[in-house]
Amino acid sequence: MVEFLLPKNSKIIAGTEHPAPRDCKRPRTFKIYRFSPDDDKNPRVDTYTIDLDQCGPMVLDALIHIKNTIDSTLTFRRSCREGVCGSCAMNIDGTNTLACTKPIANISGPVKVYPLPHMNVVKDLVPDMTEAYAQYAVVEPWLKSETPPPSDRERLQTPQDRAKLDGLYECILCFCCSASCPSYWWNSDRYLGPATLLQAYRWIADSRDEATGDRLDALHDPFRLYRCHTIMNCTNTCPKGLNPAKAIAETKKLVFFRQE
Amino acid sequence: MSSPDAPKPRPRSPHLQIYKPQLSSVLSITHRASGVGLTLGAVVFVVWLVALAGGQDSYNTFLSYAHTIIGQIILFGLSCALIYHYCCGIRHLLWDAGYCLDIKDVYKTGYIMLAIVPCLIAFVWLKAYGVIP
Repeated sequence: MVEFLLPKNSKIIAGTEHPAPRDCKRPRTFKIYRFSPDDDKNPRVDTYTIDLDQCGPMVLDALIHIKNTIDSTLTFRRSCREGVCGSCAMNIDGTNTLACTKPIANISGPVKVYPLPHMNVVKDLVPDMTEAYAQYAVVEPWLKSETPPPSDRERLQTPQDRAKLDGLYECILCFCCSASCPSYWWNSDRYLGPATLLQAYRWIADSRDEATGDRLDALHDPFRLYRCHTIMNCTNTCPKGLNPAKAIAETKKLVFFRQE
Repeated sequence: MSSPDAPKPRPRSPHLQIYKPQLSSVLSITHRASGVGLTLGAVVFVVWLVALAGGQDSYNTFLSYAHTIIGQIILFGLSCALIYHYCCGIRHLLWDAGYCLDIKDVYKTGYIMLAIVPCLIAFVWLKAYGVIP
């Protein structure tokens, strides 16, 4: 359902201000979304001014610095700090990206940090991904094949067939794209969203997979696939430079041409 | 630690309120808005046809309304919606055929369209007012 405004319990109230430390050489202000499930207060935006000389170059470095030195209750997911795990996906400076690969220097003005948009917030910058992962499971993201594998080796592909997976296999499932898509915001209960559809296409495009027909059947639905209106926010925001919109367009084409 | 009370409902993270408008999304929502405008404009089109079918007098009455300032504003709005929706629709057809889906092409075709649309609107109205023969 289209809901332009936030529900009552989600409206953001004024937060706390944490001023710059003394002897601060390169002050930089961060405005960070905070929500605690342990009290009855609405979410708020806290302001932290930190010294960039004391912390690393990326937004994740700043978050860790704030957690270590100012406010240990600040909660966020992070793991690899090099853009391969997808844990620290969040909305930074108005678009979704990975905090670990987003340089602070590329942002002008105060650095605004929110959780991935239009998700239920567990705490601070941690959204509940249950629904997104359940949708990922719906596309059965594994190799399905009737033919038994060769007894002496793995299933082989030609270099050309392998190249069809470039731009697909690199997806780290951070869901930056799905959380950037207005269509997914309004229909996340029935539309699978760009991240899951890119993954679905990754198996459709795989020459070793023999379930292409079943996979297209499962997607041929007014909501699951066709709520994509080529808004392109997904491709615009992908921190790995992938193109979910193109994968969706290719899927739509396959569904169309097999009907002829 | 689990609480004996039922957990309070989780807040929804902000979306439209915080997401920076992108050229891609702005052109998309404008496409939809112009489509809604054209649907409403279909009423004007039907009234025009009915007036035409009613003969000379009814058509003259229609024209006298159409030539008022409000009438001209409505027609101008409809022409903008039609031309924009038409040009944007061509982009959508290209995408559906699998072309211009890379983000740099999305921006390029977007800017090309934004340059063409005002030219077409100006052409139609300069023609309508006889500035261009």
